[in-house]
Amino acid sequence: MDTEILARIQFAFTIAFHYIYPPLSIGIGLIMVIFEGLYLKTGNKQYEILTRFWLKIFAITFGIGVATGIIMEFEFGTNWAVYSKYVGDIFGSALAAEGLFAFGLESTFLGVLIFGWNRVSPKVHFFSTIMVFLGSMFSAVWIVVANSWQQTPAGYHIVGEGFNARAEVTDFWAMVFNPSSVDRIIHVWQGAFLAGTFLVLSVHAYYLLKGRYEEISKKAFKITLVVATIISLTQLLSGHSSADGVAINQPAKLAAMEGHYEKSAPADLYVFGWVDNEEQKVTGIGLPGGLSFLVHQDFEAPITGLNAFPEDERPGQVNAVFQFYHIMISIGMFLIALTLYASFLWWKGTLFDKRWLLKIFAFSVLLPQIANQAGWFAAEMGRQPWIVYGHLRTDEGFSQEVSANQILFSLILFLVVYSLLLVLFLYSLNKKIKQGPYEEDKNTLQIY
Amino acid sequence: METFLGIDYPTLWFLVVGLLFSGYAILEGFDYGAGAWHLFLKKDLSRRIAINAIGPLWDANQVWLIIGGGALFAGFPVMYATMLSAMYIPFMLFLILLVLRSSAIKFRSAEKMFWWRNTWDIIYFVSNTLIAFLLGVVLGNVLEGFQLGENFKYEGGIFFTFLSPYAIMTGFTTLSLFMMQGAIFLLLKTEGRLYARLTFLLKKGMIFFIISFSITSLYTLIFIPGVTDDFKETPIFFVLPIVSFLAVANIPRLVSKKKYAMALVFSSLTMAFLLMLVAFQLYPVLLPSKIDPSYSVTIYNAASSQKSLGIMLTMVVIGAPLLIGYLAFLYKTFNGKVKLDDTSY
Ligand code: HDD
Ligand code: HEM
Ligand code: HEM
Repeated sequence: MDTEILARIQFAFTIAFHYIYPPLSIGIGLIMVIFEGLYLKTGNKQYEILTRFWLKIFAITFGIGVATGIIMEFEFGTNWAVYSKYVGDIFGSALAAEGLFAFGLESTFLGVLIFGWNRVSPKVHFFSTIMVFLGSMFSAVWIVVANSWQQTPAGYHIVGEGFNARAEVTDFWAMVFNPSSVDRIIHVWQGAFLAGTFLVLSVHAYYLLKGRYEEISKKAFKITLVVATIISLTQLLSGHSSADGVAINQPAKLAAMEGHYEKSAPADLYVFGWVDNEEQKVTGIGLPGGLSFLVHQDFEAPITGLNAFPEDERPGQVNAVFQFYHIMISIGMFLIALTLYASFLWWKGTLFDKRWLLKIFAFSVLLPQIANQAGWFAAEMGRQPWIVYGHLRTDEGFSQEVSANQILFSLILFLVVYSLLLVLFLYSLNKKIKQGPYEEDKNTLQIY
Repeated sequence: METFLGIDYPTLWFLVVGLLFSGYAILEGFDYGAGAWHLFLKKDLSRRIAINAIGPLWDANQVWLIIGGGALFAGFPVMYATMLSAMYIPFMLFLILLVLRSSAIKFRSAEKMFWWRNTWDIIYFVSNTLIAFLLGVVLGNVLEGFQLGENFKYEGGIFFTFLSPYAIMTGFTTLSLFMMQGAIFLLLKTEGRLYARLTFLLKKGMIFFIISFSITSLYTLIFIPGVTDDFKETPIFFVLPIVSFLAVANIPRLVSKKKYAMALVFSSLTMAFLLMLVAFQLYPVLLPSKIDPSYSVTIYNAASSQKSLGIMLTMVVIGAPLLIGYLAFLYKTFNGKVKLDDTSY
């Protein structure tokens, strides 16, 4: 295999693995802020217990998020040297802002959050929780700004030629608020909230099924359900807004998402389907003219299709983009239905009577995770063949000096170490859940 | 070219990056250093205390690496890209070791089985030691220069060329410096038997440092061409090596008087001075080319646009005081000897 493919596999693998944890940290962060706030407000011990319990799980996700994140920061330089030189002027300031304003905040207050219970007052502790949560929200902002710039560049000009060409900032705020960043930041935040809230829902549903910690779990479940319902519903709005943006800024990506080939014709909206790239045909069930309606509020309006672009300037993996995109949307719809139904039962007063519903909740923790990954894969594969949309191609962006063998070496290292990390993560998560909120692991036993 | 107080933007950014990496070396220096003593501490309890001494702090210390890396990417993208892609193997090892190290901190005390803790102890020790060593190796490589051709194209070997004799020497020097720093830090955090053991270890550490430092300094003076040129041109900068030397000499004195807080300050200063020495020697070059000096990466041909540097300097002016404030709050909260409780690792 050649350097480019290996570099792409390695990047996709390491970022996808990293992206398991940040959404959990951000989402659990939100829930911890709520629980701890309620504790300070009501003085009810149960909220303190909940906060402490979720803090333990937060500490694990956060730790792995940090460890895998550092790799991402340096991977741009090791594997995408040409790209790094090209975007450094722009991307750099976003990364620098992220470090200074977000990671600094997160990492410092994290120490107080985890180890400070007995050292600072409850108010200061609550303040630290908020700071860590805000830090993680900011860090999402800056990295998504950087990525959005690469999807929809703005506020720059190109200087130099060939290998010395690069983008330079002309307008900082236009760069930050490029056409897709606001939509995508909100959509990513919400995806993260869903990942966190569904973990919380899942664990407390599990306790309720087992008949353990019932009182506290019911409280936690209800509070979290409110958040999950609101976010699931509004996720549809930010997703729709993103899709509108894609229609304008990256028409080839939109066409790939729905498998729309004809140059200019009304486009369908599929519920599910299978794209045959050779025949340029989608087999599946959908609403004829649906995409036209969503974009132009008119079933007859034409949408630019893939064939309007030269063969080498449009995504190659149309079916993959299509599938990832549809997986995300189906999950989004399912989460809306699930949370609305549960809220309805709550209103009727029978929320905790249906075991099958609790079982669905217990398993549904996986769904936002899958949707998050699928969303990124759709967005990133739909961006191909560009690494910087319309300017730099992916096959020109990788490090020319690095050999395939070197990447193979590091890829194997990552595979081994990350598998170990995943096992450790699942193991300790499982252990903390089994121990439950009341167990205090004093860990003072000495063994040698 | 835009200037501020008569200094041009690339030079200012060079100072910013330099300060960030000095902060990183000083703070993570004691983290990695403490870890490099890990297997020298025999009892489980001692090892737990040693890990919890850095427990609440290491994440905040590591941020200096993250910001430093970001600052390098932001200000000198050419340097960031050229160095990382040319030093692919050492950096990948470094990154993987960082992951293993933070896993060890998190998971070591999570189980009580002997094999579990012992395995993590070994991983922790090895990763800290190698990280410190690799940082020195990279520094050594930068000082020696890369095989850089036209357009910063790297033409050197790819797998093990980074392990030159000089790089190995700077690797050991860095490791020993960090170990000294780590032992002093642990002394500030511990009591009783462990404290006594550490005073013994610190002595060994100082000897290790003095030996590697002297060898590397001699080698640098004799074999690395042009080190003394800059000093001949502007003799005032002779102050730097002299001050570094005095700082080094002061450490054993303070240690023998048991003034560990001051000793930590001085070993931190040593690091800062040594890095300043390196910076001074390089400036305005960032990465010398061994093929032809005109191919070198310098702060001018590697820098981002004036506009971008201006924006980032503004960010630093706003962000740096915040960062210092957070750190001060954190260190104040966790001041004093380690006390294990139910939140400890
Ligand atoms: C939606 C949010 C998001 C996305 C898309 C990314 N990250 Fe991330 N990252 C976070 C959200 C986050 C976080 C929430 O801030 C983390 C994860 C969990 C955590 O503990 O902090 C974090 C940790 C983290 C760290 C360690 C920070 C620390 O010590 O606090 C670094 C250096 C990076 N990330 C870098 C990256 C890079 C270079 C990415 C892109 C390629 C990236 N992250 C994608
Ligand atoms: C965190 C969630 C993310 C996921 C799951 C993700 C996923 C992916 C995937 C699957 C690829 C490979 C695409 C292909 O080769 O077809 C890729 C490539 C890439 N992504 Fe992302 N990405 C994420 C975030 C980001 C961010 C935040 C950035 C930049 C700020 C970024 C920059 C890149 C670059 C530079 C490449 C390599 C070149 C390429 O293949 O286009 N990604 N990503
Ligand atoms: C409910 C209907 C949904 C719609 C209509 C929708 C729409 C979209 C669109 C159009 C994109 C591509 C944006 C771009 O390339 O610029 C996207 C990306 C993404 N989606 Fe969704 N989405 C939905 C639900 C979800 C859910 C439930 C999650 C996660 C829990 C999710 C997570 C993501 C993520 C992480 C990305 C990649 C980041 C980005 O490009 O914004 N989405 N979504």
